[in-house]
Amino acid sequence: MISPADLLHPTPAGLYCPPGDFYIDPVRAVDRAVITHGHADHARAGHGSVLATPETIAIMASRYGEDFTGTRQPLKYNDDVSHRGVQISFAPAGHVLGSAQVVVQHQGLTIVCTGDYKRREDPTCPPFEIVPCHIFISEATFGLPVFQHPHTRDEIAKLLVSVERNPDRAHLVGAYSLGKAQRIIALLRLMGYDAPIYIHGAMQKLCDLYKEFGVELGELKPATIREKGRAGGDKQDFAGKIIVCPPSAMNDKWSQRFPSPVSCFASGWMRVRQRAKQRGVELPLIISDHADWEELTTTIREVNPEELWVTHGREEALVRWAELEGLRAKPLSLVGYEDENE
Amino acid sequence: MNRFAALLDQLVLTPSRNGKLRLLTDYFAEVPDPERGWAVAAITRDLEIKSFKPAMLREMIYERMDAQLFDLSYDYVGDLAETVSLVWPGQHGANYQPGLSEVVDTLATAKRAEAPKLVEGWLNALDPSGRWALIKLITGGLRIGVASRLVKQALAAFGDKPIQEIEELWHGLEPPYTELFAWLEGTTDKPVNAMKAPFRPVMLAHPVEEKDKERIDLAEHIAEWKWDGIRVQAVSDSGIKRLYSRTGDDISGAFPDILAAMTFDAAIDGELLVFDPETDGFQVRPFNDLQQRLNRKTVTKKLLASHPAFIRAYDLLWVEGKDLRALTYVERRQRLERLFADTQPERLDLSEQVSVSDWAHLTKLRAEPPLAAIEGLMLKKRVAPYVPGRPKGEWWKWKREPFLVDVVLMYAQRGHGKRSSFYSDYTFGVWRSGEDGDELVPVGKAYSGFTDEELKRIDKFVRDNTVDRFGPVRAVTMGPDDGLVLEVAFEGLNRSTRHKSGVAMRFPRISRLRWDKPAKEADRIEMLEGMLA
Ligand SMILES: [Zn+2]
Ligand SMILES: [Zn+2]
Repeated sequence: MISPADLLHPTPAGLYCPPGDFYIDPVRAVDRAVITHGHADHARAGHGSVLATPETIAIMASRYGEDFTGTRQPLKYNDDVSHRGVQISFAPAGHVLGSAQVVVQHQGLTIVCTGDYKRREDPTCPPFEIVPCHIFISEATFGLPVFQHPHTRDEIAKLLVSVERNPDRAHLVGAYSLGKAQRIIALLRLMGYDAPIYIHGAMQKLCDLYKEFGVELGELKPATIREKGRAGGDKQDFAGKIIVCPPSAMNDKWSQRFPSPVSCFASGWMRVRQRAKQRGVELPLIISDHADWEELTTTIREVNPEELWVTHGREEALVRWAELEGLRAKPLSLVGYEDENE
Repeated sequence: MNRFAALLDQLVLTPSRNGKLRLLTDYFAEVPDPERGWAVAAITRDLEIKSFKPAMLREMIYERMDAQLFDLSYDYVGDLAETVSLVWPGQHGANYQPGLSEVVDTLATAKRAEAPKLVEGWLNALDPSGRWALIKLITGGLRIGVASRLVKQALAAFGDKPIQEIEELWHGLEPPYTELFAWLEGTTDKPVNAMKAPFRPVMLAHPVEEKDKERIDLAEHIAEWKWDGIRVQAVSDSGIKRLYSRTGDDISGAFPDILAAMTFDAAIDGELLVFDPETDGFQVRPFNDLQQRLNRKTVTKKLLASHPAFIRAYDLLWVEGKDLRALTYVERRQRLERLFADTQPERLDLSEQVSVSDWAHLTKLRAEPPLAAIEGLMLKKRVAPYVPGRPKGEWWKWKREPFLVDVVLMYAQRGHGKRSSFYSDYTFGVWRSGEDGDELVPVGKAYSGFTDEELKRIDKFVRDNTVDRFGPVRAVTMGPDDGLVLEVAFEGLNRSTRHKSGVAMRFPRISRLRWDKPAKEADRIEMLEGMLA
């Protein structure tokens, strides 16, 4: 059998497969890229060819323009392709629309690279699937025992209660534009919230794209206040309403147009009180698109690989945990992935 | 516990003062006695639980999880209570919620050996927020950005009473403050402060800023020296004698020499200082000497002889049953002088009134005070009544310029609370000659003085220039040609045997970042030694 490090190993450009001559989520422009999902730090423009799920390809085209790559190779979940004798397939990762684990098989060796993943409820994408493998490469964004995210629906309920209690205030929900925003909206709908939801202009395109792929988001309206000669609502029209915007817009002047806004931030980082305080968040919503500690460790136990490789995030603790479990593990120390945008 | 936890969570995340006041008054209205009183005591930190210590918490958690995983978590979160509350393995099915009073009562009667078991049971049943609140409650480490004055303000607002009345009563009250709440809710009369020789909230001064000068008419003010001691209140009331710090802590035990000299029936506001026993009159010794007498419960004969204390009296608040605080400063001062003439107390003298002609004269006095123990000047309005707190435009303080020194950053540690994700606690040093040429010797630590922007830049410097790690501490590059030079401002220098350098700074803070200055041009220890008297 081929040795694992000969099939995949870290390089400055990203995780590289020598026999297949491709990179997974490369951080620099390369000839052949396999992309796990559309987040900017994993999916960059300028590669010679991109192999990804049709959803991820559509997301990349919408973000970077139609010429984001030389050749597009869409591959559906559970289909497979062979390249120079290396077989590649995708399994759902449950992270965002189109997110996939990359399953690489060659000469009897199977390596699964999760990209980013979670195990919690997400109406916008199929749930994570367990794929048996020899080597499991797990992300570790929330790889510390302090990260135990509460039930997602309880967090959404917190938002709904606050909206009801503060009919005079606008609720500004900061959420990452790809994935988190649509997930929050879809969950609000599932929990019976059917009023229009207002979205920041930067989210329009991606929300439209999600709708094209059949995700139910209900009635969305632009969060614009009427100015002279332009369309939009009056300031007071936003009282008691939910507005979803990118986290960066929350502390912007933009947010001050709304009636005494309650700043809410939907992120796994909100688990740590002082993080919430630092960002001036009044209503933290602990909702994450990454696996928390419990999900990480449960998933690794379920997959039960021969060896665990840990990438971006808090590798040290997860490697220590594996050691205590008697599982061989090492950090990959890949650079170029960010976790602050969760 | 959940209602209390929710209150704390909201207090942490609500930035506005009015928002915090509303959260507190809502809580007082909703929650019954004695629960709300214990909450008040927890927030004002007037609650002490003797049977439980933070060290027990660490032991309990190490029994439950891998020490390395816990340490990594703690390093990330930066707050012990929060870390434990998040990693504690809760028990499914354990859903009994203890109330504050139950926790306080149970622990008050528990032996030390029993406490961990009790706490464990509660931690198992609570959710992370509840656990955090419980730990903060029982370890007394509640720093949530709510000053005890704000709580008193909320109590005042809740009962629609002036805050002074609450402050005055405060030191005679005990948690859970049921009589206070009864009065605030109008069901009983105002509690009588049964305590003899009570503390009276002190009046404080505003710092003089450039723009204030034109508004301050010097003819309407009297100037006094601002002494480098600690502000105290000496109260003697029908034989009961007490010495209070300016926050109302009773420090009588450490000052029998002062107590013996309180041969009057009065409440005197003044500065506590130490004098030189070898010379006549009260020759004030440096603050360092006073420091030897502070923070102890009792005092030895030897120390009483070598470091005798006295009070330089500023004001008279109460005398023989009469409250003088509504009188003007000039009137109170006359009464004070008369009291001194009548009783001639040993170990007390009158603060000298300095005559000043104009700002130029005042500037000169501030720059060149006659004694090193003077740290500036006070300006008191002749007609000002004695008002607790910091009333606008009545008293001013004009402190001398701080001392400055250029130092080199040596170690950095992750901050706590709001700054837990930044390296914000800095140890810095100056040069001295060592066996192998010049070396840095640490002379102090600073946690403040920088802007958020500067903090980010220092944090980045620390991360990019780490050469070694010891737990949460990072050592950074420091040599003659690389290293970060900081300009540090400080209020004074003491001799210290606890510090390798032999000196200890008072109130050091970072005044400027000297990215421009090569590390070898930072100051040397000789410069600091030269400042020691
Ligand atoms: Zn990622
Ligand atoms: Zn991602």
